[in-house]
Amino acid sequence: MTDPVVTPELVQKHGLTMEEFARIKAILGREPNYTELGIFSVMWSEHCSYKNTRPLLKGFPTKSPKILVGAGEENAGIIDIGDGLAIAFKIESHNHPSAVEPFQGAATGVGGIIRDIFTMGARPIASLNSLRFGELSNPDVRRLFGGVVAGIGHYGNCFGIPTVAGEVYFDKSYEGNPLVNAFCLGVLRHDQIIRGAAKGIGNPVFYVGPATGRDGLAGAAFASQDLTEESADQQRGAVQVGDPFMEKLVCEACLELLATDAVAGIQDMGAAGLTCSTCETAARGGTGIEIELSKVPPRAPNMTPYEILLSESQERMLIIVKKGREAEVQRIFDKWDLPWAQIGMVTDTGRMVVKHYGKIVADIPANKLANEAPVYHRDASEPKYLKSVRAFALAEVPDTKDPVANLETLLAWPTIASKNWVYRQYDHMVRNGTVVCPGSDAAVLRIKHDSLPPTIADSAHPQPAIRNLHVEKFVALTVDCNASYVYLDPYEGGKIAVAEAARNLACSGATPLGTTDNLNFGNPHNPEIFYQLRESVRGLAEACRAFNAPITGGNVSLYNQSPEGAIDPTPTVAMVGLIEKPEHVTTQWFKDEGDAILLLGDVVDRQDSLLGLGGSAYLKAIHGKKTGTPPRCDLEKETELHGALRSLIYSGEVKSAHDCSEGGLAVALAESCISRLIARDTPHLLGAQVDLSEVKELRLDALLFGETQSRIVISTAPINTTKVVERAKLLGIQAMRLGTVGGDSLHLKTAAGDFSWPVAELHDLWWNAIAGAMK
Amino acid sequence: MNFAVLQFPASNCDQDAVHVLHHVLGHSARLLWHKEASLGNADAVVIPGGFSYGDYLRTGAVARFSPIMQAVQEFAMNGGPVLGICNGFQILCEAGLLPGALIRNRSLQFRCEHIFLKTVTTDSPFTNQIPADKLLRVPIAHGEGCYFANEATLAKLKANNQILWHYVNAQGETTEQANPNGSLENIAGICNHRRNVAGLMPHPERASEPLSGSSDGRLVFQSLIAWLERNAQAKAA
Repeated sequence: MTDPVVTPELVQKHGLTMEEFARIKAILGREPNYTELGIFSVMWSEHCSYKNTRPLLKGFPTKSPKILVGAGEENAGIIDIGDGLAIAFKIESHNHPSAVEPFQGAATGVGGIIRDIFTMGARPIASLNSLRFGELSNPDVRRLFGGVVAGIGHYGNCFGIPTVAGEVYFDKSYEGNPLVNAFCLGVLRHDQIIRGAAKGIGNPVFYVGPATGRDGLAGAAFASQDLTEESADQQRGAVQVGDPFMEKLVCEACLELLATDAVAGIQDMGAAGLTCSTCETAARGGTGIEIELSKVPPRAPNMTPYEILLSESQERMLIIVKKGREAEVQRIFDKWDLPWAQIGMVTDTGRMVVKHYGKIVADIPANKLANEAPVYHRDASEPKYLKSVRAFALAEVPDTKDPVANLETLLAWPTIASKNWVYRQYDHMVRNGTVVCPGSDAAVLRIKHDSLPPTIADSAHPQPAIRNLHVEKFVALTVDCNASYVYLDPYEGGKIAVAEAARNLACSGATPLGTTDNLNFGNPHNPEIFYQLRESVRGLAEACRAFNAPITGGNVSLYNQSPEGAIDPTPTVAMVGLIEKPEHVTTQWFKDEGDAILLLGDVVDRQDSLLGLGGSAYLKAIHGKKTGTPPRCDLEKETELHGALRSLIYSGEVKSAHDCSEGGLAVALAESCISRLIARDTPHLLGAQVDLSEVKELRLDALLFGETQSRIVISTAPINTTKVVERAKLLGIQAMRLGTVGGDSLHLKTAAGDFSWPVAELHDLWWNAIAGAMK
Repeated sequence: MNFAVLQFPASNCDQDAVHVLHHVLGHSARLLWHKEASLGNADAVVIPGGFSYGDYLRTGAVARFSPIMQAVQEFAMNGGPVLGICNGFQILCEAGLLPGALIRNRSLQFRCEHIFLKTVTTDSPFTNQIPADKLLRVPIAHGEGCYFANEATLAKLKANNQILWHYVNAQGETTEQANPNGSLENIAGICNHRRNVAGLMPHPERASEPLSGSSDGRLVFQSLIAWLERNAQAKAA
């Protein structure tokens, strides 16, 4: 089979512009051949090169004394958590593959991010996901939703990683283009950090893991195009097929091998497969690399160099082994019955040289390929729709006449409703470290002796020794983004995404350590989309600075649009925090009858002309409007609030803490009453008697359902009430007693009248809504 | 006591079992790789949860052919206690050490949630320390945990008092609603006729410390330890 001739049409088909092609010719000093064209096209795709977003990403705060490996250096960032321990975490999208083949698309998204974590030398111990779909009334959306959840469950459950938290939003803008963002966190000792660099001239290069097939050909390039019906059909073959069993073996074998100190560098074969892993390791090592493709285990006969290089077959790793230590790789991978092959070596040429049966099929300067993709400063212009958004006034909607029905509607609204239909399909307790299961503001995990990768001492013994960890650690994890806010005000929405994540951590007793972001946007060539991107990144960056939660890495997913238009801009934020002591772990549900309920923060932001109703779930679910300027977030106030809450938690006075987000105060109160689960079909329901009648001259819908920021509902033993109110005031935070936990109903007294809901009914509406829609 | 915790490719609750036996309960527990042919000095064997060999053929179907399982067969034949949890239960059924089979959950979905277990009999090495009226709150996490056996087998299980645990509701009632996977008569765990081999789908090792929200599962391991200690004393005497 002969390779096609490189023509302008072929260049265009590879998603490269003629200017980019000219740049390639300049780098090579000649015309690229077909294989080289393929290599450049994937390495210079947005997915691999961030060519459209690099200048924006520079605005992120990426440094703190705790950061051991920073953003962009490696496959994932690493943060010090004290006592010689560290965590590695990152989020990544698998949107387009999931749109085309939801089960495998989502499953391989989970597999890919797990590999990024153990590539750093860390043991993966927790997984999160952030999902966006169209409305569940659409059967095709239900198919995608069901498939994605099953795929995530399949991969994570079989691998044996607990999926402990996540978020799911439903909005029409995602109908043709669902979002699947997967996050993974791993743990390691400081001295176990390993780099993805090809170090040591003459060191052998190993390929480990299953054979290379034709699946996932050029997935990175596919991810960097708009999604159309035609592309979905054509690209089905670009979706990889995952094998979590294989991944589990590859992970264990790699961690065992890393403990031997025989490894000079390691890199997973993710997007752009063998191509990306070879040229990136060489570029990071400041070396060259030479590989022979005929040695790569093939899964299909007669694969061309182009196919072998661009394949995205899953669960494969590239390992640079210290010369003379080859036998250890062989011993460990044979133990785990995994294929391995020595496919090349590290050179001093600075070039990525690829041979096929001895014939050179690609010869490219590795650093230029990996790091000198073109960078584009795209034009931005304020989207026209923002004019009408800003023009929206509350006078356009009458105040609520039926708050009882409104709250019921909101609790059963899929975006707010319990996500138990989702997380009960995920094993969220494997590894025996889950302290707070899904269903509270943030998940809490315990890091114990067996959360760590094996050490050299272990590898010397055939039976791994049993170790004790002197200090156990507790981390809280959350992922958040209210994309309606971002759509209506990209800058403020970006800030709020981060603020909400930090607030969720504070509610669980944690202090933020760092952030990983997943920028999901439409086509950046559209100046209005680029404006959304630029402004929300600005908001994200500012808020990450305020909470001292620097970005340690992330992912950019552009071209999220179908023929109906772009998705709502969705800069998903996953944040990890540390909880100092296990007794600080706090959950969102009320604990005991008689406890006092307090609100930390202002009841409403009266500076906001929409009183927190702009962009609210209430406007959307009750009035069918996605409009209005979203609530403001004063970062200074917000950080003070989190500090005050933590201080109250540390002094042992807080029995529950839940933030007010979608659905406002009424939903936060209801969730505090109904969200505690003891076991299957056994919720622990507690009513609440709440008096808001002191709040005057405020629309009832704004009081109950407005989404004014910086508010947290807490409960405390009655004896501590005065102390808490006074301490909060000392800490500069408004604290107002709302009422008392107890009874069978949620009872709200307001200036406009009294309203009451049996908590058992609220629970059932909230708990069963998604299962009901999926029937 | 010395526990052997088997480790198949893609066992994933192996470390959890070791954690509870060693770190929580203070006994020796070591991982045994599936290619080993001997159980060494083990007093008891735990087959942990996971997806042995990817569970590609049928859950537990490949694991039973591994060298270590031949040693387990012999160990069980000599009266040694063997506890299979989740995938371990599936393996024991496939290996013929326990009667019946575990099939796909009635919901056709994986289920992870806490459930209540009622202990049917304290007459076994795995239940002797469980107070008669105590409901155990432990999690399940499986896609194929629906216990099935033919009528004759079920009759034998009952006649010999081999059913160890039922799924029940918070009031201790064996209801349809309390059954998370469609198991025959809410069966969550059983033992063999000789009572030295048991399997259950729920994960007692995930409910053995207050931090994980329940310590009820510890009673299963404590029963086994008490039984082993009694046996050791009897032997010494």
